[in-house]
Amino acid sequence: MDAHVAQLQMQYRNYILSLYQQGFLDDQFTELKSLQDDGSPDFVAEVLSLFFDDCVKLVGNMARALDQTGTVDFSQVGANVHQLKGSSSSVGAKRVKGLCINFKELCEAKNYEGCVRCLQQVDIEYKTLKAKLQDMFNLEKQIVQAGGIVPQVDIN
Amino acid sequence: MVIAAEPQFHVLAVDDSLFDRKFIERLLQKASCHVTTVDSGYKALEFLGLREGVEINDPDAVSTSPVIHQEVEVNLIITDYCMPGMTGYDLLKKVKESSACKNIPVVIMSSENVPARISRCLEEGAEEFFLKPVRLADLNKLKPHMMKTKLKNQKLEEIETPSKDESGTAAAVVEPEVNNLTEIGIKILPLQSEVEPKQVHLQVVQKEEQTMSNNKRKSVEEGLSTDRSRPRFEGITTAV
Repeated sequence: MDAHVAQLQMQYRNYILSLYQQGFLDDQFTELKSLQDDGSPDFVAEVLSLFFDDCVKLVGNMARALDQTGTVDFSQVGANVHQLKGSSSSVGAKRVKGLCINFKELCEAKNYEGCVRCLQQVDIEYKTLKAKLQDMFNLEKQIVQAGGIVPQVDIN
Repeated sequence: MVIAAEPQFHVLAVDDSLFDRKFIERLLQKASCHVTTVDSGYKALEFLGLREGVEINDPDAVSTSPVIHQEVEVNLIITDYCMPGMTGYDLLKKVKESSACKNIPVVIMSSENVPARISRCLEEGAEEFFLKPVRLADLNKLKPHMMKTKLKNQKLEEIETPSKDESGTAAAVVEPEVNNLTEIGIKILPLQSEVEPKQVHLQVVQKEEQTMSNNKRKSVEEGLSTDRSRPRFEGITTAV
């Protein structure tokens, strides 16, 4: 096998492992990858795209809801957190999901400052994840372009 | 009648979130099902030929749904619990209240683990309650439920086609088949009580079913699918 391909594949493997080790992804992401096959070769990319669109929308909603000088509708914020928690959980976005769990409690406690801070963290976190996964997809592309196959990475 | 080589289960998936619809659709496809997704309980009822509880054969019903919906066989409904307007629970109730659709197994999904919610749904007749994110392994649990309606529909079709025997015998074909599935631990509550007097007619069927029921669920499904039931049951009715 081409040395270049082998090197790229190793880079890819290490990158994926680091994403799991650093807590960006959990085994739901593994499950997601297992749903992709020759019949649906872009499934992971499509689902992630929908997820990140959701992030933009929901974070926007929450920012607006928290921006109400006067009475903040925490149930509205909570409803958006609930949705984000659901989708982050389904894609295996571990850190985002973890933040949503805290966020939910802050909404229930009607902790305004806490919510604002948490929202900022969510914003940073999903953008960070998006960049990391973009790097992952780029590596996959490079491997394929170099004539290789994207390896299945065994997390355990 | 045409016999398909592989059982094609048709699942109606209901979820207001586009993301979740995409996800459940892929899961179901991966589990070898035909999938129709809709984004609300209302659309689900429309698809099933029920609209706001009005059945399609109600002469007073003004329905824009084409009659073709009656012929679309749905083997399972899987629905999100939390949806605006009509919740998954409301949809479940409507389905169970309808004489046309009450035998379609319904599964509820929710991202929240609320025991009271779960038991309420199960009491109302939901077959299973899945916590999201749903996994492929969860869906594989559903095959026996779907197989039940599929086979039942097949037999109902058979009863409708003119058969040499009295309809009593043909009808009897239905019960033991289902009863034997209980041996692999599937709850088929309403039918169990009706089974006893008719079992004696169908010993051959039961013997075959017995061996299969000893296998794991997955291989039962494979066994049933490759060994397509229809010819066997035709043999049984004439043999009696």
